[in-house]
Amino acid sequence: MLTINNIEVIYNDVILVLRGVSIKVGEGQIVALLGANGAGKTTTLKAISGLLHAEEGKVTRGSIDFENEQIDKLTPDQIVARGIVQVLEGRRLFRHLSVEENLLTGALTRKDRNAIINRDLEQIYHYFPILKTLRKRTSGYLSGGEQQMLVIGRGLMSRPRLMMLDEPSIGLAPMLVQEIFEIIRKINQETGLPILLVEQNARIALDVAHYAYVMETGRVVLDGTPAQLAQNEDIKEFYLGMTQVGERKSYRDVKHYKRRKRWLG
Amino acid sequence: MNWVLVPQQIATGILNGGIIALISLGVVLIFKSSEIFNFAHGHLLMLGAYVTWWFAGGNQDGTEVFNLPLIPAFLIAVLVAIVVGLLIERFALRPMTGQPLLSIVLMTLGLALFIEGVVSLVFGVQPSAVFPSPFSPSAVFRVPFPGAMGGFIILKKTLVLSFGAAMLASIAFALFFNFTKTGLAMRATSEDHELARSVGLNVPRIFGLSWAIAGVIATVGGILLAMLTGASLNLSTVVLVAFPAILLGGLDSFLGAIVGGITVGLVQALVQASSNIEVRNSAEIAPYVVLLIVLVIRPEGLFGQKRIERI
Ligand SMILES: Nc1ncnc2c1ncn2[C@@H]1O[C@H](COP(=O)(O)OP(=O)(O)OP(=O)(O)O)[C@@H](O)[C@H]1O
Ligand SMILES: [Mg+2]
Repeated sequence: MLTINNIEVIYNDVILVLRGVSIKVGEGQIVALLGANGAGKTTTLKAISGLLHAEEGKVTRGSIDFENEQIDKLTPDQIVARGIVQVLEGRRLFRHLSVEENLLTGALTRKDRNAIINRDLEQIYHYFPILKTLRKRTSGYLSGGEQQMLVIGRGLMSRPRLMMLDEPSIGLAPMLVQEIFEIIRKINQETGLPILLVEQNARIALDVAHYAYVMETGRVVLDGTPAQLAQNEDIKEFYLGMTQVGERKSYRDVKHYKRRKRWLG
Repeated sequence: MNWVLVPQQIATGILNGGIIALISLGVVLIFKSSEIFNFAHGHLLMLGAYVTWWFAGGNQDGTEVFNLPLIPAFLIAVLVAIVVGLLIERFALRPMTGQPLLSIVLMTLGLALFIEGVVSLVFGVQPSAVFPSPFSPSAVFRVPFPGAMGGFIILKKTLVLSFGAAMLASIAFALFFNFTKTGLAMRATSEDHELARSVGLNVPRIFGLSWAIAGVIATVGGILLAMLTGASLNLSTVVLVAFPAILLGGLDSFLGAIVGGITVGLVQALVQASSNIEVRNSAEIAPYVVLLIVLVIRPEGLFGQKRIERI
């Protein structure tokens, strides 16, 4: 349903950030996009959602197709209208709006009647019951986990046909990460919603994903099913092994592994 | 203090404050949606007054092209204001997207001069005392009030009308922002432009809408004011009175704009009730003194949004 064909992205007309990225997301799939800091994961998502334009970024080569339509020339609002929603990195909220208002902003572009939107709201509260008890609360004061649930819920309120999550696990306690990923899995299974998931926490991402890509300095260097990737020595060492040591340390290792070896590329 | 003057001055102050509040609302609206402090608001107001004046027959000296009653002339001015607002956003501000905030604010200063130039070219620089009004400027209500001078408080009908209009506009604003989808979209956009884009909002269109609404309430303010003073290029300077009101209220709060406006109106009027001539002469700066005191105690203004610090 989503096909990224060998795209190149340039910021400010000079900085080449993506150098030929190809990714596919199929019907009903959770696809994980892994990679170290600065690999270009967020840039890839913004290329899809059209948010690059506002940052002086451009797709200069290749194409992005969604349900047989080329979308890389569309504006972000047109892309949301096509059914693709990007949940931004870092749990970005409209902090002065209440929890429920935040959820409703997700549905602002829909033409549906209020009754239908309220039903979807109930559906979100069904997945994230805590949000219902906090619905009148100013969202800026929620805890990190609650904020993450809220931004995912807001994404769902647009009734997407493809949802893109940018590092939902970042900065959350392991228990919470588990809980949120279980809900992501459940949403995918119950509604068939395809999800493109950017993560640094490879263990949990590979656990829910049907397929995964690994990016490094603007390129896809490896892809496969989670089972295949889990067999890969580099993945074992730098993505899976690291979670026991703690994420901080592992990022420092990334430099040395880059020097040591480049996957495929 | 000259106590017999106090009741009258309180009433006048509140009524004056209504117009100041209305003017402040427009500036706050633009600031909220785009963090731009619009120095051209007073000029939009003057433009609105002139357009109404011109369609209503101008000086009534035989040179008039149109001679419409007040209400149709007002409606035309509202349409003009909407178009001007949209044009400003599209051709003056949208090209500045991504530029430093200061350059954008300077752009609004440039706009102010531009509007002043256009108005003086089209309508002339001579002030006109003739302005259509449902009441004569000297028509008043007399409200019996024991303790006031002569046992009455005198309220100019035009002032009462403008206060009522200001309050209605404020209520309409509050309802629009809190209970409509477009209002929610505008509040969301005012917080985070990129995030607003990511949920599918058309941010340039929302900015355009903010400018159109600001143009309309500037026009309403301009007409109310011109009913009291006539049409002149000086109408734009009324924003100097609105500035302390806006800052007092907290820059990004509609309620703050209203409370700030009425406070400024009251302070200016009460100072005039002083028995000390020096104090009476300080009416223009008194609001700024109050502002200074408030900002020392509450830097975000009376109703300004506290920055939510979390994460
Ligand atoms: N607006 C921008 N202008 C210029 N360069 C940018 C811009 N945004 C990102 N970059 C650069 O593009 C590269 C990829 O950034 P991107 O945010 O896509 O990485 P990422 O994989 O999401 O990293 P992280 O895991 O830290 O979020 C980085 O080198 C970054 O400095
Ligand atoms: Mg990122």
